[in-house]
Amino acid sequence: MEGKIRQILKDHGRLSIDTTKLAVDSDLYQAGMTSHASVNVMLALEGVFDIEFPDRMLKRSVFESISAIQTAISELKTN
Amino acid sequence: MTTEFSSKILYDDLVKFGHIIPVGVPGIFGRGAVFEEILNRFDAAVSRLAASDHATKVHFPPCINRQVLQKSMYIDSFPQLSGTVFSFTGNDAAHRELSSRLKDDKPWGDLQTMTDCCLTPAACYPVYPTFTGTLPPNGALVDVQNWVFRHEPSEEPTRMQAFRVHEYVRLGTTDVVVAWRDLWLQRGLKILLSLGLPVKAELASDPFFGRGGRMLAANQREQKLKFEVVCPVISSEKPTALCSFNYHQDKFGTIFNIKTSTGETADTACLGFGLERIVMALLKTHGMDPDSWPKPVREVLWA
Repeated sequence: MEGKIRQILKDHGRLSIDTTKLAVDSDLYQAGMTSHASVNVMLALEGVFDIEFPDRMLKRSVFESISAIQTAISELKTN
Repeated sequence: MTTEFSSKILYDDLVKFGHIIPVGVPGIFGRGAVFEEILNRFDAAVSRLAASDHATKVHFPPCINRQVLQKSMYIDSFPQLSGTVFSFTGNDAAHRELSSRLKDDKPWGDLQTMTDCCLTPAACYPVYPTFTGTLPPNGALVDVQNWVFRHEPSEEPTRMQAFRVHEYVRLGTTDVVVAWRDLWLQRGLKILLSLGLPVKAELASDPFFGRGGRMLAANQREQKLKFEVVCPVISSEKPTALCSFNYHQDKFGTIFNIKTSTGETADTACLGFGLERIVMALLKTHGMDPDSWPKPVREVLWA
């Protein structure tokens, strides 16, 4: 899962640093991800992992790091 | 004046007293002389409040370079509100087709092509690209008033498609811009309270389109980037926004390459007074005839 997330961040996150070098708990917004880029990351995650984020998860903290994204996807996959 | 809140009653009263003049399209109407006088007097009162700031006053037409709205993600974020200007660029044969369809009242949009112009969606948008480069040490402050367009056809009088906004725009370091936004939030409340309007400030978000838009709106609220001063005009439960205060962080600074004097990407903020809505709030609160308004209110406007 982590590899796919890193690829999505590379394609859509518009980060100022190399996504392969990001720590799982690095703050993606600090790394340059804008609000608009985070929307594109969210939509790409939905497509790749075949999930739909409910409204309660459409917020900044859910997409703030690789580990936060992993937690959210795991939660949606188990439900 | 009725104390009941009703969109229809307010609309009918505004028409009956000659304050607004229907033209057959929801959200578009003419303005009567008294309405305009109140609007101009309020606009002047805002200018008096801001006089000591010495903002640079600029004027733009109600059309804007389409590229500015594309680059700044406006059309992407608000496709439902955007107005792009299309016009005819065809030959005589295409014109004959157009004439025929116009005569038959058939759709003719496909015979037009997109121009380089959009209708200005907010008075501040033309300002940002003029600051590409390095700001002076104290940043910059701009005063701009303009007609703006939002594609929101509605019978509700405060939800207009074309209206005027008096804006101030601040560009500079984060500390300067945020302190300025907070100062104006207090000023905005003060001037509207001095006019006897039952206003309050609240956290707000923009009507971004779609599911992605819900996330943008949630981000905006979470980061407290937008505040509005609201007043009951057509509903007591859902008060109407009369002014908005927006902190853009470094969004426009990044897009239009605006730097502070020390070389950092500049932050920006803007605030806007919705002039027609403020006039409607005054007419609703104090009555349709401004001659009968309370003396303290008249003293602020007829200073």
